Amino acid sequence: MIVVDGLSVSYGAVRALQSVSFEAPSGEITAVLGANGAGKTTLLRAISGLVSPLAGTVSKDGDVLTGRRTEDIVRLGVAHVPEGRGVIAEFTVEENLRLGFMIARGSLADALAEQYAIFPVLGERRRQAAATLSGGERQMLAMARALIARPSVLLLDEPSLGLAPLVTAQLMQQIRELCARENLTVVLVEQNATSALRIAQRAVVLRVGVVVANDTAAVVRDDENLRQYYLGMVE
Amino acid sequence: MDAFLTSRNVSDLLGGVTSGVIYALVALSLVLIWRSTRMLNFAQGAMAVFATYIGFAILAPTTNYWVSMSVAIVAGLVLGGVTERVLVRPLYGKPEINPIVAMVGLLLVLESIAAAIWSTSARALATPFSIVDWQLNHKPVALSPFALYEIVTSLVVMAIVAALFQYTKLGLQLRAAALAPEVSRLLGVRVGRMLTVGWMLSTAVGAVTAVLVASNFFTGLTPSGMDGVFAFGFIAAAIGGLDSPVGAMVSGLALGVVFQFVGDYVNSNAVILVALGLLIVSLMVRPNGVFTRSAQRRV
Repeated sequence: MIVVDGLSVSYGAVRALQSVSFEAPSGEITAVLGANGAGKTTLLRAISGLVSPLAGTVSKDGDVLTGRRTEDIVRLGVAHVPEGRGVIAEFTVEENLRLGFMIARGSLADALAEQYAIFPVLGERRRQAAATLSGGERQMLAMARALIARPSVLLLDEPSLGLAPLVTAQLMQQIRELCARENLTVVLVEQNATSALRIAQRAVVLRVGVVVANDTAAVVRDDENLRQYYLGMVE
Repeated sequence: MDAFLTSRNVSDLLGGVTSGVIYALVALSLVLIWRSTRMLNFAQGAMAVFATYIGFAILAPTTNYWVSMSVAIVAGLVLGGVTERVLVRPLYGKPEINPIVAMVGLLLVLESIAAAIWSTSARALATPFSIVDWQLNHKPVALSPFALYEIVTSLVVMAIVAALFQYTKLGLQLRAAALAPEVSRLLGVRVGRMLTVGWMLSTAVGAVTAVLVASNFFTGLTPSGMDGVFAFGFIAAAIGGLDSPVGAMVSGLALGVVFQFVGDYVNSNAVILVALGLLIVSLMVRPNGVFTRSAQRRV
């Protein structure tokens, strides 16, 4: 479980997040929604220690993460798949996965086999440079690379960006299955509110750095105002 | 066959390879730092000399060549690490001119300190290998046991560095930290530590280079003795591509051979002109280096 409490972040004079609080329970997907510039990416960066907040704390199962280095937060089981996926294009698929496994214990071969079972296409292309993968395959590689270290928290930043609708649907399905099976805490940042709300249990809606809704996904989905004004979901 | 091995062209080739491996090592040392920190280490030669002089200081009581070499390598690791932590770390993210000034400053400081402690006269390390060329039918082949030792040692150093980068967990992290620092941090790579390790490795490679230069009985090593070697090593790295370790090594070797032929067939004074000419042409034709893929995709 991730608890965000009164988190404020600013870039110089620009306030990116203002006193943001919410809880993301284990075994559930919490969608973080909002328009461009609402502070969604900043929120994830603050959780994983890439930006330091002005005020507020982030904690995971009682451990305070705020103030720790990114490298140490990862070792506490918080995996962050950044926007644009962060796959290292010059590395082969397997090198990317080996890098992800670096902080884990146990057998690399078993861990690789497990990820190749979940994402068979990665197994087929293990020796290929990641640069040769399609957008959907890269997203799978980024997810597999995060999962191979057996995290308990998965932060996903716009996983559907640039993917075809069918690929997005498959990916979302996979996220939901993984979350339930591994009892993961998933924080899913998405601009594509429709597909995120389809799989999420909870939803947090941000508007220029402020939480305007924090409820179950069903409530947010059915709220006419939120849909129209903050999520741009027009039928 | 004997006539072939003692012929002028084969002699030039062997002589060229013998000096080329040295340029290749200097180029490799520069690339190791450029890839991870985008800095040109102008003090590379002086740092290498300093590490080697510490090896000399040890040699006096022990008179064992291999002990001196090992001490020089360890001194290189330490000097590289300390330099990164103390001098280089505050320069990250600063304007490009800052590291250049700092590195040139370090070059001058180290050369002066070395001259003050150990004087400016050349010192040579006595090697266990003869510097007299092998003979075939009373004609010399342009290769001595020492030259062969120099070539083999250089190739071994290159192979060790390549294997470290390609096959070890540390190498994987070093490459990742250089290519994608933020993503690497998100996967738990201690990027700051990797930069330190990069400088340590680079300076250790430099120390081996300076030991080899110092082992050459004809020239020995002075505090500024690596400056010329550095210039050619830098040209090799720039031609091969500062991002490409393989390119740097191959072009270092190739430059050694080209210079030998130019020196023999044209004039030894023409070597520097040819070096600069090659550099200018390669920067015009392939500004990112002959061996760097022209459009590397970043994701």
